[in-house]
Amino acid sequence: MSYLTVEHLTKNFGGLSAVSNVSISVNEGELVGLIGPNGAGKTTLFNVLTGVYKPTQGKVILNKDGKSIELSKLPPYKITHQGVARTFQNIRLFKDLTVLDNVKIAMNQQAKYGLFGALTRLGKFYASEADIEQRAHEFLKKVNLDDLAYDLAKNLPYGKQRQLEIARAMATGAKLLFLDEPAAGMNPQETHALTEFIAKIRKEMDLTIVLIEHDMSLVMNICERIFVLDYGKLIASGTADEVKNNRKVIEAYLGEEE
Amino acid sequence: MQQFLQQTINGLSIGGVYALIALGYTMVYGIIKLINFAHGDIFMFGAYVGMIAVMNFNMPIYLAFIIAMAVTALFGVIIERVAYKPLRKSSRTAALITAIGVSFLIQNGMLMIMGANIYAFPQVIPNRFFTVFGLRLNMLQLVIFATSIALMIILQFVVSKTKLGRAMRSVAVDKDAAALMGVNVDNVITITFAIGSALAAAAGIMVGLYYIKVFPFMGFTPGLKAFVAAVFGGIGIIPGAMIGGFAIGLIETYVAGYGSTLYKDAVVFIILILILLVKPSGLLGKNVKEKV
Repeated sequence: MSYLTVEHLTKNFGGLSAVSNVSISVNEGELVGLIGPNGAGKTTLFNVLTGVYKPTQGKVILNKDGKSIELSKLPPYKITHQGVARTFQNIRLFKDLTVLDNVKIAMNQQAKYGLFGALTRLGKFYASEADIEQRAHEFLKKVNLDDLAYDLAKNLPYGKQRQLEIARAMATGAKLLFLDEPAAGMNPQETHALTEFIAKIRKEMDLTIVLIEHDMSLVMNICERIFVLDYGKLIASGTADEVKNNRKVIEAYLGEEE
Repeated sequence: MQQFLQQTINGLSIGGVYALIALGYTMVYGIIKLINFAHGDIFMFGAYVGMIAVMNFNMPIYLAFIIAMAVTALFGVIIERVAYKPLRKSSRTAALITAIGVSFLIQNGMLMIMGANIYAFPQVIPNRFFTVFGLRLNMLQLVIFATSIALMIILQFVVSKTKLGRAMRSVAVDKDAAALMGVNVDNVITITFAIGSALAAAAGIMVGLYYIKVFPFMGFTPGLKAFVAAVFGGIGIIPGAMIGGFAIGLIETYVAGYGSTLYKDAVVFIILILILLVKPSGLLGKNVKEKV
């Protein structure tokens, strides 16, 4: 059984069908790409998958530890608690907070103490906080950001902000990661570094990754399977080569031949 | 000099009260961008609860503080759930007007239940004076000052060191992103209202003890002054509300002490106008351009 199953998903905005009747399945440990021309509905699909939007029709199911969880019925924070996290097309870090706090917020759900414990300083408050602090530093070391731990997120260079966003998503304890255009605005060197970074974290942390990307070098390089959306519909899926030579895909990107 | 120091002490103790109320304004604004104009009335509600606890149930004052803070916190949460939560996605003006409506509702509700008569808050803190370096320190002032400082330290600790504080700060920056990082945004907003209301209740009891009078419209003037204090320090910024509260308390007391008591309220609002003209984002605020 596949890890993530999207069944006949439709999302309408008024009369516009941003995503229509899309069915996708992703296996555990896979790295798949989601591509398509601008306005094809890729980000909308991500927003439905992570609970920001409720689907008009269809459902999203996560198979975890032998259980089927219907994600499309949960609010965003509970979806995150199920081990699903994302990054954003336009970076949405907590920019007035430090790099360390950004990661710690994502780890909040793992802190096991209540407000009462914190106020009375009983309970596991200190131990739990120290533990989170330490693990947040470990996370930052993994993504080479630990030397910037006490800088404000907004002061990081662009490429580092992108990395921090990925680190923050991973810090939620996610096993399934949605990356929305991680290479947007990067130059070829940065894109190359990012490609290696994604491959590395995926291996080290057993992640399943779905990424939206316009940079074809990145998509073709690392994605094992690719889904192509156009006007909200799934028009093709398969390996990089299959997709590259698919007539519908070429038409969607380049227009029909006369 | 002697008189100046004496006025400073008076100003600091009333300033601590303003700071506690201002914190409620600023925390709620920081998190949902709403000026909760009913906050002054929540403060009034807290004063009544504290008074009833002392007067009718003969509770010691520290217990009255705890009970009033807990009951008022619950009251604040109910207001948030009933009046503001359904409007979370509507315009800010709608929420603002609702807040004014809630304010009238609480005032007149209290008028209906407790009547228009002015109650005297039982004077449970012994009226003792200490003389230190020729300055007269009132026991009551010390209690008020110490309690407000202690509550502010606790708040600062919660906001900066605990997971709740982190969640609050993340919701203040970006609600949607916070939700997607696993933060239960609705809970955080609820707790913010609870904390703000509890602080207002503490302030309500202190004002009751200090000025003795408790009546349904007692929240109006302190509420407005605390609002000015929050704007003065930079609305949405917690240390700003603390500084603003003390600043307004001091200024008001100096004006009353050296000028005339008649002018002390007017001066506070002149300050508001000046801030809005010179530095609308407040003392600690940064000028941020709104993104289109």
